[in-house]
Amino acid sequence: MNHIQQKLMTAARQDLPDDRVPYAFEKRIMARLKSVTPFDFRLVWERSLWRAAAPCVGITLLLGAWSALMPGGDISSDLSQDLENTVLAAVDVDNSIDSP
Amino acid sequence: MAMEPSDSELIQAVRNGDASSFEPLVRKYSPRIFAMARRYARRESEVEDIAQEVWLKAFQKLGGFRGEAPFEHWLMRLAVRTCYDFLRAHQRNRETTFTELTPEEGEWLDRCGTAPDEAEDSASAARSLVRRVMEQLSPPARLIITLLEIEERSVREIAELTGWSATLVKVRAFRARAEMRRLIGKLERGKYL
Repeated sequence: MNHIQQKLMTAARQDLPDDRVPYAFEKRIMARLKSVTPFDFRLVWERSLWRAAAPCVGITLLLGAWSALMPGGDISSDLSQDLENTVLAAVDVDNSIDSP
Repeated sequence: MAMEPSDSELIQAVRNGDASSFEPLVRKYSPRIFAMARRYARRESEVEDIAQEVWLKAFQKLGGFRGEAPFEHWLMRLAVRTCYDFLRAHQRNRETTFTELTPEEGEWLDRCGTAPDEAEDSASAARSLVRRVMEQLSPPARLIITLLEIEERSVREIAELTGWSATLVKVRAFRARAEMRRLIGKLERGKYL
């Protein structure tokens, strides 16, 4: 069987494929290309950003509605004080470590 | 006489929006694309579809061509992958049994069995038998046998062309040879039944 396989492979190697190109093939390709846009990274990036915008807005609205409607356990009324405490929390920790 | 622009000049022009600079590239490399497609597709309409798809993909992906390797290599990679996609898409249409052998094919097989040196490699019967066997191989086996055995490319070259790892190429080559032996066995049994 190996003999036959070798013979067949030799026959296949000798049977070179035709490289003939149909008449005016390149003209047909150029006509087709008019409807095709080349890959443009900036355009793809812009499109994906726009596609991502709607889900982001949706998630923001959902989270906003959830935080507004859920009954809060221990919410203080002074939001500005809460924000300041949160922002300065890291500084407070640093100070407590530095002080002897 | 004006010098013809190089591939990289033409590619740069296409990237800058001059689509007509793509035409010389199509004219220059189409014979290679057609020769490759004819190894995998029999009908001329299918060959033309493959070549057309290769060029459309090349145009669309030209932005991703970094110019590290020659354009021809990049294009051939694209062509091999398109041919493989074609084989996979048409694998349902591939024949699963050998139709009856012609008297010439039977005679060639006989001669191969009894006096192998007398069986001509260039005989048209041998060529049509190869085509029969190739058409029954699975898509990865057909691609590997074509690239490795017929086009005599190295494992490394095949890995680059297909995007498979060298180990995967070797594994697939081993399986492809086994598949081919099985088919030749079937062919021989069919002959003597």
